[in-house]
Amino acid sequence: MKNRSLTELSAGLKSGEFSSVELTQYFLQRISNYDTDLNAFITVTEEQALSAAKVADEKIAAGSATDLTGIPIAYKDLFCTEGVRTSCASKMLDNFIAPYTATAVEKLTQAGMPMLGKTNMDEFAMGSSNENSFYGAAKNPWDLERVPGGSSGGSAVAVAAKLAPVSLGTDTGGSIRQPASLTGITGIKPTYGRVSRFGMIAYASSLDQGGVFASSAEDCALVLQTMSGFDAKDSTSVERGVPDFSASLNDSLQELKIGLPKEFFDEGLDSNVADVVNEAIEAYKKLGAEIVEISLPNTHLAIPSYYVIAPAEASSNLSRFDGVRYGYRCDEPKDLTDMYMRSRGEGFGSEVKRRIMTGTYALSAGYYDAYYLKAQKIRRLISEDFKQAFENVDVIMGPVAPETAFKIGEKSDDPISMYLSDIYTLSLNLAGLTGMSVPAGFSRENKMPVGLQIIGNYFDEAKILNVAHQYQQVTDWHKKMPSAYAGEK
Amino acid sequence: MEWETVIGLEIHAQLSTKSKLFSGSSTEYGQQPNTQANVVDLAMPGVLPVLNTEAVRMATLFGLAIDAPIGRGNVFARKNYFYPDLPQGYQISQFDKPIVELGHMDILLENGETKRIGVTRAHLEQDAGKSLHKDYAGMTGIDLNRSGTPLLEIVSEPDMSSAKEAVAYMKKIHALVQYLGINDGNLQEGSFRCDANVSVRPKGQKELGTRAELKNINSFRFVERAINIEVERQIDIIEDGGKVVQETRLYDPDKNETRSMRSKEEANDYRYFPDPDLLPIEITDEFIETVRATMPELPQAKYQRFMAEYALTDYDAGVLTTSRAVADYFEEVAKSTNEAKLSANWVIGELSSHLNADDLEISQSPVSAEMLSSLVSRIADKTISGKIAKEVFQALWAGEGKTADEIIESKGLKQITDSGAIEGMIDEIVASNPAQVEQYRSGKEKVFGFFVGQVMKASQGKANPAQVNELLKDKLKE
Repeated sequence: MKNRSLTELSAGLKSGEFSSVELTQYFLQRISNYDTDLNAFITVTEEQALSAAKVADEKIAAGSATDLTGIPIAYKDLFCTEGVRTSCASKMLDNFIAPYTATAVEKLTQAGMPMLGKTNMDEFAMGSSNENSFYGAAKNPWDLERVPGGSSGGSAVAVAAKLAPVSLGTDTGGSIRQPASLTGITGIKPTYGRVSRFGMIAYASSLDQGGVFASSAEDCALVLQTMSGFDAKDSTSVERGVPDFSASLNDSLQELKIGLPKEFFDEGLDSNVADVVNEAIEAYKKLGAEIVEISLPNTHLAIPSYYVIAPAEASSNLSRFDGVRYGYRCDEPKDLTDMYMRSRGEGFGSEVKRRIMTGTYALSAGYYDAYYLKAQKIRRLISEDFKQAFENVDVIMGPVAPETAFKIGEKSDDPISMYLSDIYTLSLNLAGLTGMSVPAGFSRENKMPVGLQIIGNYFDEAKILNVAHQYQQVTDWHKKMPSAYAGEK
Repeated sequence: MEWETVIGLEIHAQLSTKSKLFSGSSTEYGQQPNTQANVVDLAMPGVLPVLNTEAVRMATLFGLAIDAPIGRGNVFARKNYFYPDLPQGYQISQFDKPIVELGHMDILLENGETKRIGVTRAHLEQDAGKSLHKDYAGMTGIDLNRSGTPLLEIVSEPDMSSAKEAVAYMKKIHALVQYLGINDGNLQEGSFRCDANVSVRPKGQKELGTRAELKNINSFRFVERAINIEVERQIDIIEDGGKVVQETRLYDPDKNETRSMRSKEEANDYRYFPDPDLLPIEITDEFIETVRATMPELPQAKYQRFMAEYALTDYDAGVLTTSRAVADYFEEVAKSTNEAKLSANWVIGELSSHLNADDLEISQSPVSAEMLSSLVSRIADKTISGKIAKEVFQALWAGEGKTADEIIESKGLKQITDSGAIEGMIDEIVASNPAQVEQYRSGKEKVFGFFVGQVMKASQGKANPAQVNELLKDKLKE
């Protein structure tokens, strides 16, 4: 069952070949078999999943099912789910159960998707390796000694090892695309404002966006379709129609103009990764696309700009975790200051504290202009680069990450080197555009998966899904599975 | 040395919206703790603020009323600081792009001149919750009912040069926001409160002295006293060779003193930045015109109209238009009785002194406009005299009846206008006081008062005084 697309699963459910309860049990069994090694899940919600599957089966029997009814899903553990712990992979929220559900989750639940559980991640979505988790690192199913990427590592691992047919993640600086690339699956980060952020615990509000991990662009399209759209509870969600993402999947790529930013193919890019990406570009040529070299001249400013803006917003967003109303509170505080200092000192991990301090500094009197305002100016320059590029091309392509999955612990003591993993993904968040990672092959050197990044213009999700789908019609990289998980235990 | 005082006020007016600035919770006052705080007010993880557009309308109305430009792309900013009753860890406020820009308010000085006070800006922000330090055995209780309530912070230029001017300005703003229907004017409940920035400088000096900020004063009287005491304190310091430090001070009304809360060095760095959860508020010309069309009559216009329409004196019109509630009350009485001057006298006189004595707002008056109308009508049609009317008013105030007629009836206070009856009483009194009659007729006209008194006494005050006068004069001539 794990090798079927969502459309095939839906067909199987509707034809009565198997029930949603059976399908859900199948994935719960795989979680039980494999997750001890992988650590993709923080919480497995077996009971809720099975009771939702039962309801889904009734809907299917009654003929009121959607294309997603009965197909189980996993959620990154920062999507609030009523009655189920939402930890953000932090000691701070280890005991937190939200009395509400994130809008994106709510929409998929309404569509009849049972929730398998909540997946591992870097604490408060801060990290590129999933090592910054209170619940321990998630492992890359292609090599358990390597990271799956982050911050949505657990959601990527769940799909890569087929512990779930589909999952949700969030992408603030590459947190969907980079783990998708490192684990060899398909992931899409929609345009900022396409998906409601209500109920998604914020890291950096102006950059965060929920998206999908799945085995193919076609599967991504189905789930993204349902979770998109304006939400009155999120003022930054955009009031505009959601086109049918699946309808244009089969459009021809003849005369498609693909821009390759020369800044994405610089000396920082691992040659093995470059080879895979270039091969994918060749495949696009065969599909009739025209390749144009372009320039995004301010790309080198994306990291410094991002690492001012995101921590600045985070320093404020995370102020609410003060030990007063919910979450972790230190034992026997002496007074208010002691309660604040120890609750936050003990409740947050070191990367979170590092970013809170960086952000607080960047917003401080006397530094605001030099850091925060300047970073915002760079952000506009980066958006302008993309705007000009999209005047000449339909999509932009390049690598997702400069290298394949690195070893666990390899970069833990070197935050700067860790931050560089996001060099090709950050600028897209700063501009607010949509982007995907599509499996494009494996590194000759270490046999780890490599993703191709496809960047679309604002609200051009349908276009990049089409571009990804056409590639997946002529290649089978997205069908490769790590052998250790390809069978059944 | 002669000193000059410089004062600027920051007024926090709670906007009378039904729900909060960024959440759907009710803003009603005095409810059980934490019953009016939803997940947004509690700042649960992942929840987001959604702007209440009614607050934007109210702020715009205020801006138009003080002749200020409305910020077309005004922006919400986060003011970051930790406090247990500030659930988000930041207050959503406005920083460099407020909704209301520079406007002005004219105040009347004691010498009769008008002075224009600049209103630097007014901006929207959330109120915090409350920390309750009593009754929790050494712990602090948090009540978040007020958390997220919309405030309009109205910041003046440092244009006032005495405590009296500051109070006059505060009163004008207080009246205005009520006229506009955007604030309930309730100082006790904290719906209208103010911070005063006070400094002194030698007369004639250009640059400002170091200021102290007096926090959270919620009565007109305390504002005046707090400023005066602070000015004295600052002058004493300077005259003793010291220096005023920039700090935040708290006024203690019981001790009538101000004391330091925190110095500039201890002041928070609020790290303001635009709130990424909220878009800039785009205000269109069309929106402004829609709001302008709903602008109610403002105090100055009402004052002019009262003089023209009701032939009131400058003084009466001034007093009656200080608050919209008083003006509305008066107008209701005047319209239903067609006795503007008499109505004005009763509102300014008897009613106001009763309200003052019991410390009540006009909205809380036990004598409604309808009840006072019934009383004024009975005075006008001579059913009762002005003197008896005071007795009737007292009875109405005490809740002894719903209308003047009911009281007049039950107490038998109807004025005697039957000249036959009055004549009978006069005849009797004239007959039984021959000596006084003799005195009067010999030219001692002061004795006339004695006769009037006797007649009124005999009638238990109910005889129509004008008739008594007239008939007495006739009888005594005989």
